[in-house]
Amino acid sequence: MSLHDQDDPALRAAQEERLRAVWAPPRGIFLRWTDCNNNRVGVWYVLTAFGFMLFAGVLALIMRTQLAVPDNDLVGPGTFNQLFTLHGSMMMFLFAVPMFEAVSIILLPQLLGARDLPFPRLSAFGYWSFLIGGLFVGGSIFFNAAPDGGWFMYPPLTTRTDLSGLGADIWMLGLSFIEVSSVAAAVELIVGVLKCRPPGMRLNLMPLYAWYILVVAVMILFAFPPLIAGDILFEMERLLDWPFFDARRGGDPLLWQHLFWIFGHPEVYIIFLPSIALFAMLVPTFANRHLLGYPWIVLAAVGTAFLSFGLWVHHMFTTGLPKISLAFFSAASEAVAIPTGVQIFVFIATLWAGRVTWSTPLLYATGSLAIFVIGGLTGVMVAVAPFDWQAHDSYFVVAHLHYVLIGGTLMPLFAGLYYYWPLVTGKKLSDRLGRVAFWMLFVGANLTFFPMHLSGLMGMPRRVFTYPAELGLGGLNMASTLGAWLFAAGVAVICVDLSLSPRRVRAVRNPWNAGTLEWLAHPEDEDWGIRSVPLIESRYPIWDQTDFVREVDEGRFFLPDAQEGRRETIVTSVLDARPLAVIRLGTPSIKPMLTAVALGGVFILTTYHLYWAALVSGVATLALALWWLWTGTAEIPEKPCKPIGHGLELPLYLSGPSAPGWWAMFITMMADATAFSGLVFGYFFFWTRHADFPPVALADGPGMAWPMLALFLGIASWLLTLGAREVHARKHVGMARLCLMIALVLSLAGIGAGLAGPWTHGMDPQAHSYPAIVWTLAIWAAAHAGVAAIMQGYALARSLAGRMDPEHDADLRNVTVNMHFYALTAIVTYATIGLFPQVT
Amino acid sequence: MSERGKWHERLKVTLWTLIIPPAIWAGHFLASYLWAAISCAKAGRFASFPLLFVIGTMLALLMIGLSGWIAWAQARLPGNPPPHEDSTRIDRLRFLAKSTLLLAGLSFVGVLFAALPVIFLRDCR
Repeated sequence: MSLHDQDDPALRAAQEERLRAVWAPPRGIFLRWTDCNNNRVGVWYVLTAFGFMLFAGVLALIMRTQLAVPDNDLVGPGTFNQLFTLHGSMMMFLFAVPMFEAVSIILLPQLLGARDLPFPRLSAFGYWSFLIGGLFVGGSIFFNAAPDGGWFMYPPLTTRTDLSGLGADIWMLGLSFIEVSSVAAAVELIVGVLKCRPPGMRLNLMPLYAWYILVVAVMILFAFPPLIAGDILFEMERLLDWPFFDARRGGDPLLWQHLFWIFGHPEVYIIFLPSIALFAMLVPTFANRHLLGYPWIVLAAVGTAFLSFGLWVHHMFTTGLPKISLAFFSAASEAVAIPTGVQIFVFIATLWAGRVTWSTPLLYATGSLAIFVIGGLTGVMVAVAPFDWQAHDSYFVVAHLHYVLIGGTLMPLFAGLYYYWPLVTGKKLSDRLGRVAFWMLFVGANLTFFPMHLSGLMGMPRRVFTYPAELGLGGLNMASTLGAWLFAAGVAVICVDLSLSPRRVRAVRNPWNAGTLEWLAHPEDEDWGIRSVPLIESRYPIWDQTDFVREVDEGRFFLPDAQEGRRETIVTSVLDARPLAVIRLGTPSIKPMLTAVALGGVFILTTYHLYWAALVSGVATLALALWWLWTGTAEIPEKPCKPIGHGLELPLYLSGPSAPGWWAMFITMMADATAFSGLVFGYFFFWTRHADFPPVALADGPGMAWPMLALFLGIASWLLTLGAREVHARKHVGMARLCLMIALVLSLAGIGAGLAGPWTHGMDPQAHSYPAIVWTLAIWAAAHAGVAAIMQGYALARSLAGRMDPEHDADLRNVTVNMHFYALTAIVTYATIGLFPQVT
Repeated sequence: MSERGKWHERLKVTLWTLIIPPAIWAGHFLASYLWAAISCAKAGRFASFPLLFVIGTMLALLMIGLSGWIAWAQARLPGNPPPHEDSTRIDRLRFLAKSTLLLAGLSFVGVLFAALPVIFLRDCR
């Protein structure tokens, strides 16, 4: 198709008709929920996270009301414990992180000029997982069964079943489930940013929001898995009495704190960076100029991401670690102020250099920066260990973290809400109500949290349900409570503003006169995402490229049609966004929802110790996942290539490192390997904590023979899979199948050999942390041998079923990626449990 | 771009080269932490003038400096006119190089910060 063809209005109308039909959402009371278009899933995601935020906010209001006057008895201590635990946990896991994922799922395809993200069904799966897990965790408070050990759940309070009830299990298992959905979102967002940019959008032209999201999604891969590892150890202790955190039997509660905060500190930046990323989009719009210092923002995002992993011990300054260790983390905590400050100065400089249009979103942005800077400054204070020893566990820290999170996450999200509402609904929110709400929030936040600095320094500890009048803290606490109610009233005004929106008239297209790609969205929303995928030549194409909007609308760029009746988007190269292929996207399906329900069953049934039912649910999850993959991925296209306009022909099938599926596997395995490293860290952590580890009496298990055999089997299975990939590519299909079959048998044998070591030596995991951690590592490696066998069997079945051939070998290449990581897991596991005891 | 360009034009620049300086910081930081934690836990003390640590720190600073210097040279490659924000290979290279240079600066400071505790604190209490 040439440029010339698009001059014909009849052709354009026919194209639009086809696109509309292909992207039509499913209808019907039930079927509409099987949709997986990012427009809809993103909106559900946002609304659900917003609902959880309101719920967690109400919990905070009850707490503040309880604390308004000394010796109050509105709620008892047990309820109060549940309130603060659930407030923190929900705001973090059910609001802040999912909200960033939700906003990204809506915005990213628009920002990248893509029809959708590469794995729409994965987004839907993530959403349903989030909803089920969120309702499970949040609803527990109505049954007086909410977690009550603080949002960081420190053992031994939380691991001893006589001290904390079901709530601890609900926290661990419910939130582990949500962590799965976060990792799924990370996969989607990373592959989306790296592979689904429009042609011409090289790395230096990428919208800064996409840069931030890329960085944050990578952070999730390294931050969440250590918590998953911690969750595994934690539940092993609670459900099976394996003493990882029980000091009487060689465990150590500090191990939990390490694993939790290796997650917990990067988490702060995981929720801060995407919110500040919204500023990088709206500040240039209202400054009416390009953002100054683009590479400086990249420095800030990447630099913060790295440094944030060197901060976790500053939550543990009072645990008695050597001061030299504290000092390393203190130094890194001070250093992170540099990149954080840089991005704030970039925004200020851009506003300074531009012609500012003073708008409601910008009001929220500047107000939140002011609040955030106060939180940042107290952060520099508590990063100094001796000061932290005084302020630790006091309301000073409560003040600090709320200034950071309200200024760095919540208020920027409100700025984004006012900025992007027209993009999603086609209507603007009220400037008047928005400004009224802003001042209520701004005054309310300061009135709530500033007095807490003082009450904290005067000695008010965190997590107490009341305090005596003699402490003289009544006035400050009353001020905080009044502020909290004012803040809540501000949120209510925003809710009123939102609820009035359906009655308002539609806004014009691009109402803020922005320059970035997402504002191509039309108020009369179409489900196809973008009419044609543009060629990008500037960071602000709507401002800089002549006739840009018209040419996109008239389908004069790429992929303006859907001749084959398939949902499609363009895949490009990582650095320079050269077009590589057209991929077919997942269509509405019930499979993601069913898989999420089944997986939720595993976690929820385990909470209630219904192990057989949980096992059935687990088998169902596996079966559903295989069904989903078998019917929906690596499909051999009906023709090898298709034209996308301008004389360009792109292949319809990719395999290996240029394919989105390969990246998804690689990213998932990175997360898996990080969780594994958390467990290995546990083993060596115990070694540093004991004069003799393994203890002499227990040191003969698991021996060397079985682990070495398991290692041999693992490596052989890996090599055979590699061999299968190579001979398959050379068209020796029979040979490849034989290799896969032998590899599968070796993987299965690896399960037995891996478990035989601790088993034959009669290692009792309840006796001591040493046999417990050895068993855990062996089970982990054996489970991965099982997964390897399933994947090898899957590739074999695809080949036998004619769904994989030497030209279309994505399945086999993806399985090989898994096998690289399996080999790594086997080497580290068996070297650790089999060889390390020999050298100590 | 001709194949006969200068050395720094021929070096491949990717997202992986962008994170070399902060990755060196991370390696140095992790090594410092593990070294202190293990010596305190296992030996109860660490060396008063830890030669290995000094060498490691110098090496880390040197490598960060080197990657920053390469990035500096690459960020000044002549090509398109300023403000170097076009969809061209050379502008993409200049951007990645400049970002690498900035990250090298931050990482250099980060490594210096991490070295300070060893100078000022010399025991395990």
